[in-house]
Amino acid sequence: MAITKLHEIHKRRKSRNVGLGLVLAAFVVLILGLTMVKVTTTPISNIGSAEAHN
Amino acid sequence: MTDATITLDDDKEASFGDFFALLKPRVMSLVVFTAMVGLIVAPGSVHPFVAFFSVLCIAIGGGASGALNMWYDADIDRVMKRTQGRPIPAGKVTEGEALAIGLTLSAFSVIMLGLASNWVAAGLLAFTIFFYVVIYTMWLKRSTPQNIVIGGAAGAFPPMIGWAVVTGDITIASTLMFALTFMWTPPHFWALALFMNSDYGKAKVPMLPVTHGTRVTRNHILVYTLLLAVTAGALLFTSIAGWVYLAAFLVMNTLFILGAVKIWRRDDAASKADNFKAERSFFKLSLAYLFAHFTALMFDGMLSGLFDGMGIGGIF
Repeated sequence: MAITKLHEIHKRRKSRNVGLGLVLAAFVVLILGLTMVKVTTTPISNIGSAEAHN
Repeated sequence: MTDATITLDDDKEASFGDFFALLKPRVMSLVVFTAMVGLIVAPGSVHPFVAFFSVLCIAIGGGASGALNMWYDADIDRVMKRTQGRPIPAGKVTEGEALAIGLTLSAFSVIMLGLASNWVAAGLLAFTIFFYVVIYTMWLKRSTPQNIVIGGAAGAFPPMIGWAVVTGDITIASTLMFALTFMWTPPHFWALALFMNSDYGKAKVPMLPVTHGTRVTRNHILVYTLLLAVTAGALLFTSIAGWVYLAAFLVMNTLFILGAVKIWRRDDAASKADNFKAERSFFKLSLAYLFAHFTALMFDGMLSGLFDGMGIGGIF
């Protein structure tokens, strides 16, 4: 028989899962944003030089 | 077995908020604020996204050290009334989980800060985490009544890290911002310890009122408040302080010294008679003190950007 009524325990587990999902999604967005900024603000002439890596 | 026999210990099931609480969000807000000020007042500029990302890394690093602190101090937290509701003593998060989260986030925050900004800032963040967890939590906190004097350094690094994100270096101005929070920590915590004395005694944490009595603590609060005023005044000689900082410095240090003198002139009988009114208001004032100084620096930083020459200027 399927469980039809959610217990408090299920709500807390769901909050953990949703929270972790949002954190991971935010991480992907942040890395994408940082990559965009680094790529667009580094002069092409510097690519491959020490400055580009910094 | 039927469903009716299942006992759900729902009070022990952690929600996402319990894991977030491991990161000490209130301490994290101070870290974010002071790091942001360090970043704003530093000469030069970084891309706004890099600035945001860097402050986020500093906040996560601060939170990670909070989780490691909760892992190591779980035994003390179970005894103290003030900390009994934390996720580990409340039984919602295990000590192993806190350790894993703390270590993972520490490594993550330092590496990401290094990649986003520079390795001087990342090195300072790594040192801050090491200092808070190893030097303060594991060593000083349980062994000396001067624990928070030296341990306070951990909370003082964020403006220096924020500064290093922009400049990649350590200067007198950024060191003085560090010194401001460093000197502010002892009177702030000793005022708290005066009215939470029994809590620290129960946990066998050698806070100054427990080991040397309240008279010595009151003397220490006054001396450190005067030293703090000198440190805050030294910032006036740097190029990051302006007229707003001067005003905040004069008002807040006058109030803070008056508050410290009031505490110094009282004895335990007077404090107990009004339930530590002067000590409690001094503690609240200490929060406003730090906030006012860093807010003033932030305004001066923004104003000097808008109107060249707004700052008082300085020899450093």
